Amino acid sequence: MKKPIRIAALLTATAALALPVPGPARGDEAPPAASTKHANLLGYTQFPQRDGESLYKSVCAACHMPDARGGTGAGYYPPLAKDANLAAWGYPATLVMNGSKGMPAFRTMMDDAQIAAVVTYVRTHFGNAYTDKVSVDEVAALRKAQ
Amino acid sequence: MDKGASILKRRDLFRMIGAVAGSSAMYQAMTSLGLAADSQYAGPIKLQGAPKGTKVIVLGAGWAGLVSALELRDAGYTVELLEYNNRVGGRAWTIRGGDTITELGGETQKCGFDPGLYLNPGPWRIPYHHRGYLDYAKRFGVALEPFIMVNYNAYVHSDAYFGGKPQRFREVQADFHGHVAELLAKAARQDKLDQAVSKDDQETLLEALKEWGALDKNHAYVAGHDSAERRGYAVNKGGGLMPDPVGGPPIALADLLRSDVWRALTFGQTHQWQSTIFQPVGGMDSTPKAIGKSLADITTLNAKVTAIHQDDHGVTVSYVDARTGKDQRQAKADWCVCTLPLTVLSQLDVQVGAEMKAGMNALSYFTAVKTGLQFKRRFWEEDDHIYGGITFTDLPIRQIAYPNFGYNAPGKGVLLGTFAGAAPGFELAALSAADRVKLAVEQGARIHPQYTAEFETGVSVSWHRSPTTMGCAAAWTPELRAKHYRNLAELNGRVILAGDHLSNLVAWQEGAILSALDAITRLHHRIVAA
Repeated sequence: MKKPIRIAALLTATAALALPVPGPARGDEAPPAASTKHANLLGYTQFPQRDGESLYKSVCAACHMPDARGGTGAGYYPPLAKDANLAAWGYPATLVMNGSKGMPAFRTMMDDAQIAAVVTYVRTHFGNAYTDKVSVDEVAALRKAQ
Repeated sequence: MDKGASILKRRDLFRMIGAVAGSSAMYQAMTSLGLAADSQYAGPIKLQGAPKGTKVIVLGAGWAGLVSALELRDAGYTVELLEYNNRVGGRAWTIRGGDTITELGGETQKCGFDPGLYLNPGPWRIPYHHRGYLDYAKRFGVALEPFIMVNYNAYVHSDAYFGGKPQRFREVQADFHGHVAELLAKAARQDKLDQAVSKDDQETLLEALKEWGALDKNHAYVAGHDSAERRGYAVNKGGGLMPDPVGGPPIALADLLRSDVWRALTFGQTHQWQSTIFQPVGGMDSTPKAIGKSLADITTLNAKVTAIHQDDHGVTVSYVDARTGKDQRQAKADWCVCTLPLTVLSQLDVQVGAEMKAGMNALSYFTAVKTGLQFKRRFWEEDDHIYGGITFTDLPIRQIAYPNFGYNAPGKGVLLGTFAGAAPGFELAALSAADRVKLAVEQGARIHPQYTAEFETGVSVSWHRSPTTMGCAAAWTPELRAKHYRNLAELNGRVILAGDHLSNLVAWQEGAILSALDAITRLHHRIVAA
């Protein structure tokens, strides 16, 4: 699926999946439920970073790697470097929001401005040059539409 | 640091009440998520009447795959077991000196721990009511030892309060209970609880609060003998002409509330973490290794599954050598038990129904990072008198867990220097393993300054960089469960899924065991009925 996806088609697709909003993940054996408040004993579920680069380095790089080349094991993390799937911003924005196939949903962990910032960053770095800026309002509309 | 204005929001109050009342409210909330449910293990499984020559292929040799392969083989089925790793056990894994770990992205660590020391990077404790696990451990002769969940002398640490000085759990708990008991006693004596408690019961309540909160004869929580018997003494009891014991001043209620340290109090009260809790002697991989040994003749390691196809006649699984990506092979069977994590399975060429696929795609995994650190000496015991158990902190490392074996011995020790999830988990997961170890040492040194001089070597596991699981465990929500759980758990043609992700005990080994037993029982009934 290495081709740009139109936003309208994408919205339909995600609406059909009706991906629900995940709450704070409480893994039984994993660290206990986190509060949204920063820095307390239970951790926190909202990233404090505001700019695209910091968000990428603090979140996305965990799987897509600091140089955006992804990784392959039993499954794989797609590279984001030189990625034609990023042509339409709605595709990465929807994935960041809802997750899919191993990609976690970050809609409760990032607000609209953070999603816009990190998507803009990825679309303008790592050999990607999609210069149309993702606006916070558009991300907010996308969130609402789902 | 004035958080005063926000401290007594209702949410906090509820949480506080939870801490006071034995967390019954929180427990109820957790039960609704299926997290506090007891094991429904009903004793060793008995599958009778397996048709001769019927073959089942089992994918994944973690707990669910091992249990499935073992029990189906013992029931008379022909079984083939495929595993991606060069070992069995999946996340039930132990890292020891000499082990090599390569994470996604290619970073390779060589563990430098001394003999006998280890890190359990995945599951690390077994509650007494996980009866399935205990049964398999007994069947395979694996010795258990206690896992200390609550250590009264371990620390609760708030980086921004108490000058960053860690507080003893016993002091935090005694003082929090004491202050709350005093408040309630005050309310009761001012007849403010008349509507909730009858006049007769109020006398008993006051007596109970005095006992429970270690209040003095005036129902006050103050420095002195009563409180010191709970929180410990500033000058301890001695003998002969040693100084008399002295009780220290309690931490002020406002400081307890504002610093958030009270959040540490309920960990050991929730059902999954109540005493008694066990760990296998020598490492968490002991039991899966023992089961795997009995399945060696039917197990193929280093097998990366690429496709699962099925038709009316059977299942065909394609796989390659996980180390080279080459040597394409096919294995055929009549039925398939697939225990691969959904993060991986959703990316493969799998012939199952649309509803099962939707579930596979929708469920992502939460993250977790664990870092093990080896020190030249067990300073947490020698200097700080902490034997096993867990220190909680609001620093990104979240927890320091001390080894639950080898107490009071001279020499080195390995502790768990990080156990992070949620947002801090991702922030750490995004670092290189070398940086995760460095950060664990730097942050841990704010609680134990001895870290700096005594640290020797460390290893770190970021579960989202695990080539086999690509995450820690399934992040179910009530909504996701309502929509996808049954579709994922039902037999789909000739393929049935199993694993902790298909249980109400996600991320617990018991969840994988119960899921596997349930899946193979349903599969067996389907086969026998045909």
